[in-house]
Amino acid sequence: MDAFLFWIMATVAVTASVLVVGQRHPMYSVMLLIVSFAALAGLYVLLDAPFVAAIQIIIYVGAIMVLFLFVVMLMNVPTEELSPGDRLRLLTAGPRRFGAALAVMLVVQLFWTLQRSTSLQNTATPAGVTPASVPDIGRRIFTEYSFAFEATSVLILVAMVGAIVLARKEPQ
Amino acid sequence: MLPEPTLTHYLILSAVLFSIGTAGVFLRRNLITILLSVEVMLNAVNLTFIAVDKFRGTFDGQIIVFFVITVAAAEAAVGLAIVIALFRHKETLNPDAFTSLKW
Repeated sequence: MDAFLFWIMATVAVTASVLVVGQRHPMYSVMLLIVSFAALAGLYVLLDAPFVAAIQIIIYVGAIMVLFLFVVMLMNVPTEELSPGDRLRLLTAGPRRFGAALAVMLVVQLFWTLQRSTSLQNTATPAGVTPASVPDIGRRIFTEYSFAFEATSVLILVAMVGAIVLARKEPQ
Repeated sequence: MLPEPTLTHYLILSAVLFSIGTAGVFLRRNLITILLSVEVMLNAVNLTFIAVDKFRGTFDGQIIVFFVITVAAAEAAVGLAIVIALFRHKETLNPDAFTSLKW
């Protein structure tokens, strides 16, 4: 059953991500990315991380993607321009091919590394480990990781101020 | 019968997702889609954290992912604010249009 769910959700995640990159209109990209994130949340549940699955849905899908949707809709974002000259340039000039080659190279490198890292293969789940509960995670965050937690709060404050300053209309 | 997913399966899935994100950053000519591709890459890394966590029997990775998601939220807010400012400036989202800093 787990295997079946893994393959289904992996397929959904990869397909949706490919389509995100393949779409011309950002609106469809955002919608498909939500599908991809939902599939990843399912994988997190399979991996005994229900807390992360929940914050994936609440923060990523509920907050970040809605933010993207707002921007796409409010700005009436144009579809990627494809004027005839532009298309010609894309077919002939190097940047796109170079980018595609770099991406393929990355895939090859990652697979090569994974093939070689034999210590990672055939790793069985340690027996008798119970999945971390939310209280466990909370306790760790507020003890061992309390500095990171406080730093994050400052980061969010800075991001908030920065976003307001950047998106504000310049006073004439 | 489908093979039971092992750590390698999860790592390969994560590698594939990360590569898709990278390809998106290189191939798309739209600032919003580029930001979305960055989100795909961040999620691929999160999947690695959670998968390694599960197969090691720890949960430090889940805490790291919690922080990654928080930073991603901050990144999206600032990134989109910059996109809005750029769009207001040039009425386009094509990154090739923004060459003012080019020497």
